[in-house]
Amino acid sequence: MSPLNIKKGSTKHSAYNLRPTFSDVQETHTLAVLVDNEPGVLARVIGLFSGRGYNIDSLTVAEVDHTGHTSRITIVTTGTPQVIEQIKAQLGRIVPVHEVHDLTVEGGSVERELALIKVEGSGDKRVEALRLADIFRAQVVDSTLESFVFQITGTPEKVDAFVDLMRPLGLVEVARTGVAALSRGV
Amino acid sequence: MTRQMTGAKMVVQSLKDQGVDTVFGYPGGAVLPIYDEIFQQNGIRHYLVRHEQGAVHAAEGYARATGKPGVVLVTSGPGATNAVTGLTDALMDSIPIVVLTGQVPTFMIGSDAFQEADTVGITRPCTKHNWLVKDTDTLSGVLHEAFHVATTGRPGPVLVDIPKDVQFATGTYTEKAKAKVSHYQPQVKGDMETITQLVEAIETAERPIFYTGGGVINSGPGASQLLRELVDATGIPITSTLMGLGCYPASGKNWLGMLGMHGLYEANLAMHGCDLMINVGARFDDRITGRLDAFSPKSRKAHIDIDPSSINKVIRVDMPIIGDVGHVLEDVLKVWKARGRKVNKEAIQKWWQQIEQWRAVDCLKYKPSAKAIRPQHALDRLEQLTKGRDRYITTEVGQHQMWAAQYLGFEDPNRWMTSGGLGTMGYGTPASIGVQVAHPDALVINVAGEASWLMNMQEMGTAVQYRLPVKQFILNNERLGMVRQWQELLHGERYSHSWSEALPDFVKLAEAFGCKGILCQDPADLDDAIMEMLDYDGPVIFDCLVEKHENCFPMIPSGEPHNKMLLGEASTKDAIGSKGAVMV
Repeated sequence: MSPLNIKKGSTKHSAYNLRPTFSDVQETHTLAVLVDNEPGVLARVIGLFSGRGYNIDSLTVAEVDHTGHTSRITIVTTGTPQVIEQIKAQLGRIVPVHEVHDLTVEGGSVERELALIKVEGSGDKRVEALRLADIFRAQVVDSTLESFVFQITGTPEKVDAFVDLMRPLGLVEVARTGVAALSRGV
Repeated sequence: MTRQMTGAKMVVQSLKDQGVDTVFGYPGGAVLPIYDEIFQQNGIRHYLVRHEQGAVHAAEGYARATGKPGVVLVTSGPGATNAVTGLTDALMDSIPIVVLTGQVPTFMIGSDAFQEADTVGITRPCTKHNWLVKDTDTLSGVLHEAFHVATTGRPGPVLVDIPKDVQFATGTYTEKAKAKVSHYQPQVKGDMETITQLVEAIETAERPIFYTGGGVINSGPGASQLLRELVDATGIPITSTLMGLGCYPASGKNWLGMLGMHGLYEANLAMHGCDLMINVGARFDDRITGRLDAFSPKSRKAHIDIDPSSINKVIRVDMPIIGDVGHVLEDVLKVWKARGRKVNKEAIQKWWQQIEQWRAVDCLKYKPSAKAIRPQHALDRLEQLTKGRDRYITTEVGQHQMWAAQYLGFEDPNRWMTSGGLGTMGYGTPASIGVQVAHPDALVINVAGEASWLMNMQEMGTAVQYRLPVKQFILNNERLGMVRQWQELLHGERYSHSWSEALPDFVKLAEAFGCKGILCQDPADLDDAIMEMLDYDGPVIFDCLVEKHENCFPMIPSGEPHNKMLLGEASTKDAIGSKGAVMV
């Protein structure tokens, strides 16, 4: 018999049976990360999320200040409050990261996404697609006798709703940009 | 006036400007221009290792023993990939090192060229930051920034990847003073409001404890001084993680010994029972906390750390203080003194009485055997025979590492180098070489297990070449001791692949390397053999054959809280009483 009172031949495996005691409520937050526009910076951010097991719901990135060589990365992520705090602290630790803003807690934000949606069809379905596009204020940016490409902007929920409506009407392909977001007010 | 020079020369010039006089490295095709420059100067001494992993661990040892960044120079491809383990080790333990790698010429990057590897891609997650330099004009600026990033804030490893054509090309050199060091300027002063809260808590706490870690060592010798002043003035007990040993002297009156999975009974029980925990530069590692929902349930917790991401990562704290340990402790002392140096003396005295009861268990007790050398005894004798000397200890990873932490005493910071976070077997031998390079006249001992030691034993060639008198003190149980212990305790005594049936003759091995070998297996010979090792002016491989089935105690079993410790031999002692026996 071992000093742990475990019978010979039995098995007790893990030393990592260490559950944290924090809240397990899942929250979705939108983070704006201002970074130096240098090679590899996006890989650092993405590597942080994959390496530490965080979720990315959506991610957009583009240079926003050409003279200052800074880019803005907008990340929508889901996790417990403690994980969200960790994500922000870990992002802040990356050397080329200048600022990390949690738009969800910093007084609200405007969030928009752009999507291109290709719909194929004829007859009533085609007319119905065009009618719905009008209701959603989607624009037709390409048209053939059998298809449309709609451009729609709005919140991710609005885009979701439009895509769902297009599905029975001959949805072929969707391209979405991911969320761009700015805080409200100044 | 601008200075024009080749990229290779810039590397050497930047190192000199940064005050570097020691580089550990291994040449290869993609760094030949830099090696050519090193050949033509005298300011920087280059130590040729036998494997790139050895270079990085040597630089780590050098960095820990001096407080200065360690510098490594290796070639592209396999040179860089061999450095990865060392980089990860340095990242986990926050050791400042600067690794320079050669790379294939810029016009060949991406073509699967000979000895090409995506070095910045591979090392991105295991460095604090890394750079690929594509233009000679920016090289010196990047190198200066690399030193700034490695040594500022929470220290860590950085890597600069330099293509061969960038080394050959001529560009403008940027002086250190003019280099644009990035916006990276971490906060060093703590928030005064929280510091005042902490002082208030210190004034009233009944069962306070200092829980200190590697951050105190990294903050510099001044931080250790301030810590000692604060601990001694308040009379609060202090424990430390594996990484923080030496920040408070082992002979100090408030010292409880190391805490954690193999920490001392009194230290762990004091952590469990305290009402105020003051974490100074430690990070609530899982080897420290054990089961999280039962970790020190009744305490208010303060956490001083320079890295905001360490705060609330695993344990929620009540008083987070982001800042450099030295700066924060200085402010804590200032505020505490200004408010009249108050502590709850009576309660703390009671607290000490409780701690003394735990201490009476004598959790490190063992009975020396006349037949076989017990590893605890070997370390006990090593401690007695080297105490008071100008001594530095490195270790490998495993049982011997824990025994070394338990049985050796450290009086000062920067005297103890061990792979804590990553647990890298093979760390100790090259680290001892790095330490000896930094302190040529000091006594440097690598406490090792035979399995770990074999992982980087090729570095004995380095020790012999540079006449570095490192002592390799191998506790040889012919087993992977810690693995064997876990298999005994947790896997039904099925000893799957945890022993070696073909160990070398270490004395002959020493002779083959051109150093001295000593074999000791009789407890009666131990003292003489250790003295022979200490008296020999040169590197020694000491093969100490020890009891083969010794387990390392005390031990907090997996997934258990601090008060559920296994005590080994001490547990048989009546002094624990029925209450303590339940804990065992």
